[in-house]
Amino acid sequence: MAAMNSSDTKPERRRRGRRSPLASVALVLTGLLITGGAYALMSAAAPANASVDLSSAQSIQQGKKLFAANCATCHGLDLAGSSSGPSLIGVGAAAVDFQVGTGRMPLAQDAPQAEVKPRVFDETQTLQMAAYVASISPGPGIPASSNLTLTGDATKGAELFRINCAMCHNVAGAGGALTEGKYAPNLMNTTPAHIYEAMLTGPQNMPVFNDQNITPQEKQDIITALKTQNKDAGVGGFELGSLGPVAEGLFIWIFGLGAVVAFTVWLTAKGH
Amino acid sequence: MTTTSDTYNYDPTQPADRRQTGGVTGWASRYVDERTGISYVVREFGRKIFPDHWSFMLGEVALYSFVVILLTGTFLTFFFQASMAEVTYDGSYGPLKGLEMSAAMQSTLHISFEVRGGLLIRQVHHWAALLFVASIMLHMLRIFFTGAFRKPREINWVIGYVLWILAMAEGFTGYSLPDDLLSGNGLRIIAGMVEGIPFIGSWLEWLVFGGEFPGTAIVGRLYTLHILLLPAAVLAFIAIHLVFVVTHKHTQYAGPGRTNENVIGVPVLPVFAAKAGGFFFVVFGLLMAMGAFFTINPIWVYGPYDPSPVSAGTQPDWYIGFADGALRLMPGWLGGPGGVPMEFTILNTTYSLNILIPIVVLGLFIVAVMIYPFLEAWVTGDRREHHIADRPRNMPTRTAIGAAGATFYVVLFAGASSDLVATHFKLSIESVITILQFSLLLAPIAAYFIAKRICLALQKKDRQIVLHGYESGRIVRLPGGEYIEVHEPVDEYERWKLVSFNDYEPLMIRPNAAGRIPATERVRASLSRWFFEDRIEPVTSTELEVAHHH
Repeated sequence: MAAMNSSDTKPERRRRGRRSPLASVALVLTGLLITGGAYALMSAAAPANASVDLSSAQSIQQGKKLFAANCATCHGLDLAGSSSGPSLIGVGAAAVDFQVGTGRMPLAQDAPQAEVKPRVFDETQTLQMAAYVASISPGPGIPASSNLTLTGDATKGAELFRINCAMCHNVAGAGGALTEGKYAPNLMNTTPAHIYEAMLTGPQNMPVFNDQNITPQEKQDIITALKTQNKDAGVGGFELGSLGPVAEGLFIWIFGLGAVVAFTVWLTAKGH
Repeated sequence: MTTTSDTYNYDPTQPADRRQTGGVTGWASRYVDERTGISYVVREFGRKIFPDHWSFMLGEVALYSFVVILLTGTFLTFFFQASMAEVTYDGSYGPLKGLEMSAAMQSTLHISFEVRGGLLIRQVHHWAALLFVASIMLHMLRIFFTGAFRKPREINWVIGYVLWILAMAEGFTGYSLPDDLLSGNGLRIIAGMVEGIPFIGSWLEWLVFGGEFPGTAIVGRLYTLHILLLPAAVLAFIAIHLVFVVTHKHTQYAGPGRTNENVIGVPVLPVFAAKAGGFFFVVFGLLMAMGAFFTINPIWVYGPYDPSPVSAGTQPDWYIGFADGALRLMPGWLGGPGGVPMEFTILNTTYSLNILIPIVVLGLFIVAVMIYPFLEAWVTGDRREHHIADRPRNMPTRTAIGAAGATFYVVLFAGASSDLVATHFKLSIESVITILQFSLLLAPIAAYFIAKRICLALQKKDRQIVLHGYESGRIVRLPGGEYIEVHEPVDEYERWKLVSFNDYEPLMIRPNAAGRIPATERVRASLSRWFFEDRIEPVTSTELEVAHHH
C-alpha cells in the first residue's frame, strides 16, 4: 500500500510542477544555518591562545610600534598623556589588557565613557602593547591564571560583591546608571581575567580595589560568585534581563495582561 | 398552629413516588434545597443577566488572580517562618552557604530550593499578585472612561478603590517578607518616608519597626497584616463589591434594544457561569505558565538583607513604582544647587520638604481618584441613574481628565525606572530625571488637550457618518464629468450606537430662593462650563429626517 501511495503522489507533484510551499522556507533555513554555522566556527577559531613573553625585548619592541601607530596620538609617544587622553605611566599591563582586550580602546568616539566593542587587536598584539606600557614604568600586571580558577568561596565573594560592587553594577551584575551618561556595565559576559584587571586598575569611573583592599583570594571569591550566579540565575526560568521589578512589571502589563485581554476578547467574540 | 404543616416542604402525606422523581439528582437537589432553601438563590441569581463585552471581564481577572493568590499563599504559609531570628544558612543553594541571615530569608530559600514545587508556587504567587493589581487598575480605567461610576454606582467605585489600596498594601507587605536585600532597601525607603514626617516621624518609625531600623520585629508584623488582616479586608470588600454588582445590575453599552431600564446579555446559568468558570482556569493556567517559565524576585541573587549594601537598579514592585518615582523626581534644591534647599531645620525640628511634598502630591492624587465620581456628579448636576456605559468619546472632558491622570501616573512610574531608562537608552540619568520632572507637570496637560481634541473629532466623525453615511470607497463619474464618492447609509443597528448618548449643556447660574447666587454655585457653573463648553450634540431625529431628504 505504501509503495502504491508514493508512486501515485510523485508523478502528481511533478505534473503540477510545484515544490511544497515549505521548500523555499527550508532552503533559506538551510542556507542560513550553513552560513551561521561557518561564521560561528571561524570566529570561534580566531582568537588563538597567544602566549607572549611580556619581558622579552622583542615583544616590547613590537608593542612600542603598535602603540606609536595606534595610541600615541592621544596618550603621547612618551605615555605622558595629552589633552585628549590620560597619562599611561604606571597603569601597568593589566590596564592595557583590560582596555584593549575588551575593545574599549582605541576609543571610537568622544563619549561619556569608553564602550565595549569588538576588539581591534588580537591577543598577541594586545599583550605586546601591554609589555611595552609595563616596560616604561611598573604597574599592576596581568593576573596569573592560578588566580582565575573559579575555585574561590562563592558565599564570601557574593557578600563582598554586594558590599563593594552592587551599588553600581547591580546585585546580579546586570549593570546600572552612573552620572552624566556614564554607567557601570553588565558583568555577565565579562571574562574572569577582565573582571580581575578591572578591580586592579579601576578603569573609567571604577575605583581601584588594590590587593590590600581586596586580597587576590577575595578577588577570586568575587569572580567565582559572579560566575556561579550566572550559571544559577535561571533556576526560576527566564530571567528577564535580571533587571528586577521594572522588567517584571512591564512583563505583567504587556504579556500577562495582554494575554488575559486577548482571552477576554476571544471569550466574548460574537458567533460562539 | 393547625396551618403550620403547609410551611414544611416535606409532607409525609404525599405518596412516596411523588417525593422521589428525578432519580439521584432529583433526590440530592431536593435534599439540599429542603435544608438550605438554595433554589431561591439559584432562581434569582441564576437568571441574572450579564452583558457580553470583553471589557466587562477585567474585574473577573482581578477576582481570579486573588483566588490564585489565596491558594498559593496558603501553601507558602506552611513553610514560611516570619522571624528575624539570625540563623546560618545551610541549605542547598551553594553561593549562600554559611551566610548569616534571618529565618524569614532562610525559609524562603528553603521554599525555593528544597520544598517540592515551592519555587513554582512562590513565583505563581508573586506573578498573581502583580496581575491582581494590574487587572484592578485596568478595570478601574474601564469604569472611569465609560462613566460606569455614575449613580447608582458611586459607592461601589469607592469600594473598588479601597480594594486597589488594599491590594497595594498586600503587595507591599508581601514583597517585604523574604527579608532579602531588595525588599530591605524598599523598607528602608518607607522607614525614611515615615521619619520624614515632622514632629511625629521618628516616634512613628520606632513604633512601626519596634526600634531602630530594621529592628527584629518588622517581618513578623508585616506577616500578620499580610496573611490575616489585609486578606480578610480584601475578601470582605470583594463580597460587598459583588453584592453591589448584583443589586445594581451590570452596565451595558448603548445598542439596539438596550435601554437604561433593561440589561441585555446572557444569564448567569448556564452560559455566563460556564464562561466565567472556564475563564478562571484560563487565568490560573496563564499564571502557572508564567510561574513555570519566568523568574520573579530571585532572592537568592539578591542575598539576605544587610543595611549597608544598596544595589543599583533597586525598585519596588511596579504598583509602588509611582511612589518611588515621586521621591526620585522631587528636586532636593529648588532652583538647582545653590537655590533654596528642600530640607531645613527650624527650632530643632527638621522639615524634609523633599519627602513631604511627594507624600502630599501622592495623597492628593489618590484622593482625587476616590472622589472623582462625586465631583463629576456635582458639576453635571445629574441625579439620574445611569446604566448605559458611555463611549469615552462622548464625554470628552472626562476622558481628557482620565488621560491626564493616567499620564501623570505613568510619568511617576517612569521616574521609578529612571536609571534603567538611562542605561537602556544610553542617556544621561540627569537628563532623564529633568525631562521627567518637566513631563510630570506638562505631559498631563498635553494629554488632556490631545485626548479632548481626539474625542471631539471622533464625535464629529460619528455625526458625519450618521447624517451622511460612511465612505464606501466607490468613486462614480457623473455625466457632467464630476467625480463623487458614494456614501452608504449606516444601518439602523449601528446608528443606535452612534446617536444614543447623554448631552449635557453648561449649567446656567440662577439665583436661589433668597435671590442670591452663592459662591459655590459660581464655581460649579464655571466648572460646568469647562466640562461642557466644547461639545458635539448627538444627532436628533429631525436632523436625521432632513439629512435623508437630500
